[in-house]
Amino acid sequence: MLATAILIAMAMIVLALVLNIWRVVIGPDVTDRILALDTLYINSIALLLLLGIHMSSSAYFEAALLIAMIGFIGTIALCKYLLRGDIIE
Amino acid sequence: MKIVKRLLPHPIFSLVLLVVWLLLNNTLSAGHILLGSVIALVLPWATAGFWADQLHLHKPGLALSFLLLVLWDITVANIQVAKLILSPHRKLRPAFVHYPLDMDNDFAITVLAATISLTPGTVSIDVSSDHRTLLVHGLDVDDEAALIAEIKSRYEAPIKEIFGC
Amino acid sequence: MLDIIISIFLILGAGFALIGSIGLIRLPDFYTRLHGPTKATTLGLGALLIASMIYFSSRGEVSLHELLVTLFLFMTAPVSAHLLSKAALHLRVRSEVDLPGDDLNKP
Repeated sequence: MLATAILIAMAMIVLALVLNIWRVVIGPDVTDRILALDTLYINSIALLLLLGIHMSSSAYFEAALLIAMIGFIGTIALCKYLLRGDIIE
Repeated sequence: MKIVKRLLPHPIFSLVLLVVWLLLNNTLSAGHILLGSVIALVLPWATAGFWADQLHLHKPGLALSFLLLVLWDITVANIQVAKLILSPHRKLRPAFVHYPLDMDNDFAITVLAATISLTPGTVSIDVSSDHRTLLVHGLDVDDEAALIAEIKSRYEAPIKEIFGC
Repeated sequence: MLDIIISIFLILGAGFALIGSIGLIRLPDFYTRLHGPTKATTLGLGALLIASMIYFSSRGEVSLHELLVTLFLFMTAPVSAHLLSKAALHLRVRSEVDLPGDDLNKP
């Protein structure tokens, strides 16, 4: 029961990841691409958590937390770059 | 009382630090409680110089019920947005709305803007330099005035009361 | 019984994450696309984290550290949405409706 649910959920997340990558490719604006990358990292956290449940190991949690932090900082840095043309002012 | 204030300039901040430390280690062992307490005492003291003027929670009970209201709204409104996204050929009516602010404290405005962004259907985009207008983008706006009135009574009024500003 | 609850949360969470990504593809312009991912996906991940919390807690030790990721995402999602839309306005990214002027003080 649970194993099937995890597999279905994983398939849904992978589909979401494919859609995100599609948006990264077609754009059309640079902000669209950043937004798609932002969604991409959130979805990859979801995939990691599912993998953690699947393998009943909580080790993946640390990776999820790190991706959440670094992904956020990456998005912020890219937006700042667009706004100011410079990351470090 | 005075010594407590000296030791704990930001009691809520200290409590949050301790809880985050324990959650991060996923434990309740005595050693980690001790280590977390040390961090919770030292960090607010060491960073005191960086903090802008503080807002005080005037009504913690109301803050809690406001948090629950927002969580409930996030869930319900997400289902609405899901419907909007999935329904085929539905004509959306997106709009930029200028929302007049009634408070001018930075932190209170930040809380309001985050609340607006998290409740689906609206994203806050920018605040004017004089802190009087918030630019909000609505996904499917029927009536601008109604949206403004709803945000005002549902979110801004409680936030104003919680922080007493 | 617990398995069923965990499964429901898993499917619900993955479903919301998928809907957010479908919104990213289907919605017409950047400002509307912003709505799907920043919120539906965040809520979906919240549901997944609740499922993970129940799962690991049911296997002995109480596991609450998933709360941290949830909190962190709920705190950062509005910030990234805000900065993204601000950058888009700055670059005058095309929209289906008229863009507001640069000077917010005069609506």
